[in-house]
Amino acid sequence: MGNRKNTPLMTGLIILTTILAIMFLFPIAVVFMNSFKGKFYISDAPFSLPNSETFVGFANYAEGLIKINFISAFGWSLFITLGSVILIILCTSMTAWFLVRVKNVFTNGLYYVFAFSMIVPFQMVMFTLTKVANTLHLDNPVGIIFVYLGFGAGLAVFMFVGFVKSIPLEIEEAATIDGCNPLQTFFLVVFPLMKPTLITVAILQTMWVWNDYLLPYLLIGSEYRTVPVAIQYLKGGYGSIDMGAMMAMLVLTIIPIVIFYLCSQKYIIKGVAAGAVKG
Amino acid sequence: MERALKKYFPIFVLPTLIAFIIAFVVPFLLGVYLSFTEFTTITDARWVGFDNYRRAFATSNFVDALIFTAKFAIVSVVTINVFAFLLALLLTRGFKGSNIFRTIFFMPNLIGGIVLGYIWQLIINGVLARFGVTLTFSATYGFWGLVILMNWQMIGYMMVIYIAGIQNISDSIFEAAMIDGASPIRVIRSITLPLVMPAITISLFLTISNSFKMFDQNLALTAGAPMNQTAMLALDIYNTFYSRVGFEGVGQAKAVMFFLLVACIAIPQLILTRKGEVEN
Repeated sequence: MGNRKNTPLMTGLIILTTILAIMFLFPIAVVFMNSFKGKFYISDAPFSLPNSETFVGFANYAEGLIKINFISAFGWSLFITLGSVILIILCTSMTAWFLVRVKNVFTNGLYYVFAFSMIVPFQMVMFTLTKVANTLHLDNPVGIIFVYLGFGAGLAVFMFVGFVKSIPLEIEEAATIDGCNPLQTFFLVVFPLMKPTLITVAILQTMWVWNDYLLPYLLIGSEYRTVPVAIQYLKGGYGSIDMGAMMAMLVLTIIPIVIFYLCSQKYIIKGVAAGAVKG
Repeated sequence: MERALKKYFPIFVLPTLIAFIIAFVVPFLLGVYLSFTEFTTITDARWVGFDNYRRAFATSNFVDALIFTAKFAIVSVVTINVFAFLLALLLTRGFKGSNIFRTIFFMPNLIGGIVLGYIWQLIINGVLARFGVTLTFSATYGFWGLVILMNWQMIGYMMVIYIAGIQNISDSIFEAAMIDGASPIRVIRSITLPLVMPAITISLFLTISNSFKMFDQNLALTAGAPMNQTAMLALDIYNTFYSRVGFEGVGQAKAVMFFLLVACIAIPQLILTRKGEVEN
């Protein structure tokens, strides 16, 4: 907005923004600090720094790692997220291209059904999806990837279709004249062009699958726990929580997200803003 | 090319289509059907007409959850969008380090709902401990706890949308206003606000529908305590399905109504955002 001079007003605004930023980071800092305190010293006085009496080093981490088998949960989360995102990107980009390039009532109708699925909240299909998946033996880490493809297809197809429409047909026709069959045309010509949308879709789906709680809990939660499911299991039967282990596991959950974010924040912020089409 | 491509239907469309039918189409249609039946497993469904819908309103849980959710949505939508807009104004002043601040404010948006819930449980209980109470002591604490959590999660996201909207406005308009001697408040009211209207529309819809659909944060922060008074719609549906035997049909009826409610918010949003894309 033009005005870039270092006026007192500007300095005031910078100080204000800095205070707000510190307030934003404060909750995470408190969790981090408490992860080094004994579990009985956390709930009542979370804002006091650890001292010689309350400091327990990495004991909470050790306890939490064993208690909810965090390493295994992390592994399952990684496996399911990677598998789902790769499958979604590959399958739905192909589908979207087909839906745009083959024009008939069926492809048109299918596109609207995909778009419709975006607005359906998970609770609507929660019970029936679990039953269907159980019946078809999709209640395992490989099966759930297939379920994520189906449930994530709506948004992905919708976004890819929007992009494919902007690709000039001439490029693909040239490839066909050069002797490419549709598969070659797609993977050699169209797929590379889709890169910006591929990144956007990949980021949106990664955030969704990695953080998703209900679907993995209902489908595979009794045998295979992902990170959010494992965290929720730290809450005991009567609502009691081992606060020490909880703090340590929250820190271990947040750290990879922050690293991933700092490495690719430009794409993430852009991608999430572009994904605003989904409610 | 179209004719050649048609033959490749099994490769290009079939995998997505089968997954989509299994994970969405069948569960959705089955869900609509089951909402009119009484069942414990799907195979023993017996048609009961609108009975489940009547029973959903027979106990006060669903209506209470609806009112709580609506109140929560109104308060969150207003606070989130006001704060996000003000932050966006701050960060488009062009001072050094704006991008670092943007990174910080956006970060909570990436953290999952369950984790967010437990982070804020710690902070809010810590504050309330000074008064000798906890988060689950009264529904009022739970309500404001959820509002604060939602603000922390969503402000950065909406801020990014507002920043994009403000940056789209041509500098020459602001320069013209400055030459004409317009005050900064006047500039915001007469130039910035009207020109970021599309961004405001998107943000309003996003915050409304996300507020209505909230589940994970609700489960982790209060789990409905005390006495289900802080259970929002999604949590109430979940509880109806999985904590009460014999209420599966009622749960499904609630889910259908929940879907219709969310659709009423999401469909205009979808149409508006698509229209916006064309204009750009």
